[in-house]
Amino acid sequence: MKEWRFWLAEQRGTLMAVAIFVVMFAVYVLNHPAIQSNGFSVTALSNISQTAANKGVLLAFVAMAQTLVVLTAGIDLSVGMTFTLTNCLASWIVVGDPLQTALGVVGVLGVGLLCGAINGAIVIFGRLQPIVTTIATGAIYFGVALLLRPFPGGSVNNDLADLLTGKVFDLFPASLIVLAVVVLLVWVPFSRSVSGRAAYAVGSSEIAAYMSGVPVRRAKFLAYTLSGLLASIGGLFLTFFTYTGEAALASGNTYTLFSIAAVVLGGVSLFGGRGSAIGAIFGAFAFRTIGDLLFVFNLDPLWQPLFQGVVLMIAVSLGAFGLFRVRNRLEWFG
Amino acid sequence: MTETAHQDSDGGGGRLPPFLKRLDPAVLTAFACIVLLLLVGSLYSRNFLSVEYLLQQLKVASFLGVIATGMMLVVLIGQIDLSVPWVVTTGAMMASFASSFGPAGIVLGIPFGIFCGVLLGLLNGFGVAYLRIPSMIITLATNAVAQGLMVVYSGGFSPKDTASAPMRYLATGFLVPGLPNAVIMWIVIGVLAVFLLTRTTFGRAVYGIGNRERAAYLSGINTRRIVMTTFAISGALAATGGILLAGYASKAAQSMGDAYLLPSIAAVVLGGTSILGGRGTYLGTVAGVILITLLQSILSVMQMPEAGRQIIYGLVIVGMMLLYGRERLVR
Repeated sequence: MKEWRFWLAEQRGTLMAVAIFVVMFAVYVLNHPAIQSNGFSVTALSNISQTAANKGVLLAFVAMAQTLVVLTAGIDLSVGMTFTLTNCLASWIVVGDPLQTALGVVGVLGVGLLCGAINGAIVIFGRLQPIVTTIATGAIYFGVALLLRPFPGGSVNNDLADLLTGKVFDLFPASLIVLAVVVLLVWVPFSRSVSGRAAYAVGSSEIAAYMSGVPVRRAKFLAYTLSGLLASIGGLFLTFFTYTGEAALASGNTYTLFSIAAVVLGGVSLFGGRGSAIGAIFGAFAFRTIGDLLFVFNLDPLWQPLFQGVVLMIAVSLGAFGLFRVRNRLEWFG
Repeated sequence: MTETAHQDSDGGGGRLPPFLKRLDPAVLTAFACIVLLLLVGSLYSRNFLSVEYLLQQLKVASFLGVIATGMMLVVLIGQIDLSVPWVVTTGAMMASFASSFGPAGIVLGIPFGIFCGVLLGLLNGFGVAYLRIPSMIITLATNAVAQGLMVVYSGGFSPKDTASAPMRYLATGFLVPGLPNAVIMWIVIGVLAVFLLTRTTFGRAVYGIGNRERAAYLSGINTRRIVMTTFAISGALAATGGILLAGYASKAAQSMGDAYLLPSIAAVVLGGTSILGGRGTYLGTVAGVILITLLQSILSVMQMPEAGRQIIYGLVIVGMMLLYGRERLVR
């Protein structure tokens, strides 16, 4: 096999996610009322993408966070609660003059790191199952969020918020640039580092990785910690969009569940060891576009949850086509 | 299977009566924590050890107990059911909906609600067993579909149909004086579950699949049918829980099931059932359910704000799992 075919096989899930998103977004843009009535223009496209990007990046950050843990064959059910907690914290401390704001941002990211590190420590050193651990820590993080914001409120540095959620040169959504920077600063170094490769190895087979002398614990700990960091960036952005902090149980749970959906749409295997955060980002965008599609086709908003559910169900069932390639029935059991 | 391994492993107490010897340490710890909670609670309020209060707690626990029974079966085969929230709501709403069609509807309301739960469970089971989709994903999708259906049905508001008389009777009536019917329902369902798990080939197959599905398949078990049935039972029990809840609150509500997903998983694992499947007893789940209900109740008696309740709730789960839920070290 040629080199590019290996690359293609490795990136198949990611490329599928990109393709799904591009098709859905194209349909969305072509049917958008602004384009339908005034014809195609760069301004209209840039406005549509700004709105879509601002909704999409929130889920994209949380989905990236989920990806890191899922790659190690774990699952993080507290990711939505870390997101909510950092949102509440940011509405307190990301205010004031530039220096205070900067310190506030650092504080928020630090709390995110801490949340992730606690998860990692309990999973690795406490040897508890990730699913049980993160259910419990999720409850704790939500409790802390409620302590910080018993009622919705607070504020955020408006200049910074407008800068990061607006458009660069009146053209390109700034939130997408931040997303790209985060990918370049967090995901790319991680996936190319020894720990990153080790995370993939652990996801494929923890015992085999251990036997091969791979730094299993370090890889898992780093994956959980960075996951907390990414979730806190999401929480920070939520504050920039809403200008407030709110500890809503439903919203936290929704983000956790949507992040799993986005990760699967993005071609990341829940059994671990396969997929990439890039795929998860496009999975998140695609998932958000499903909701928007209904809007442009003038369907009753009441049908939106059902439509979203059915699309999700069809998308996850597509994986079943792999069963036709099974030669030995024992392969059913993975 | 694993149960026998447990019998051998805790050999120390040779003089203990047989039923105590069969208990695994996790269940004992859970029951010890229940006693501890009751003692702590009685320090705060004298009513805490009164019969009325304890029966009231059992009644509240029975809703979680019914739902956790289904969750336990699914966890035993090494899967998980995240569709609980909206299956609970679907059962409640559909039972109330059917009851609005005159006398025949009232008679058929409860079976219809359970039937809807079975259908959703079969959808889960088909995806997991035949399409080999990870249960975490397919049950999430089923949850979304059930939510979508219920939002379309109810128009996004709480539905107008109220719970029928039989539903209210089932949740709040007294067939046996002093013992709420909801508790009787839980006892009946619990006894059936114990019978199913310990006295039938189905139960043995459930433990077998949880330990290693491949081995169970090679031993001639139709694993796919068992897995699908298990999910169907879980759906039925979640819907039953919803019907009881609707009867208790006298109507169904949009997000009534949300509060039951995490507690039901927590109750199952606190009761010593391995989240990886194949190991666990129903007695443990009963202990887990009572433990969680008591904990929530004590925290509200102490007038702890919601934030503190969530934090303590999480800390208790982590703490108890660290006591007895740790995995073996990879070496």
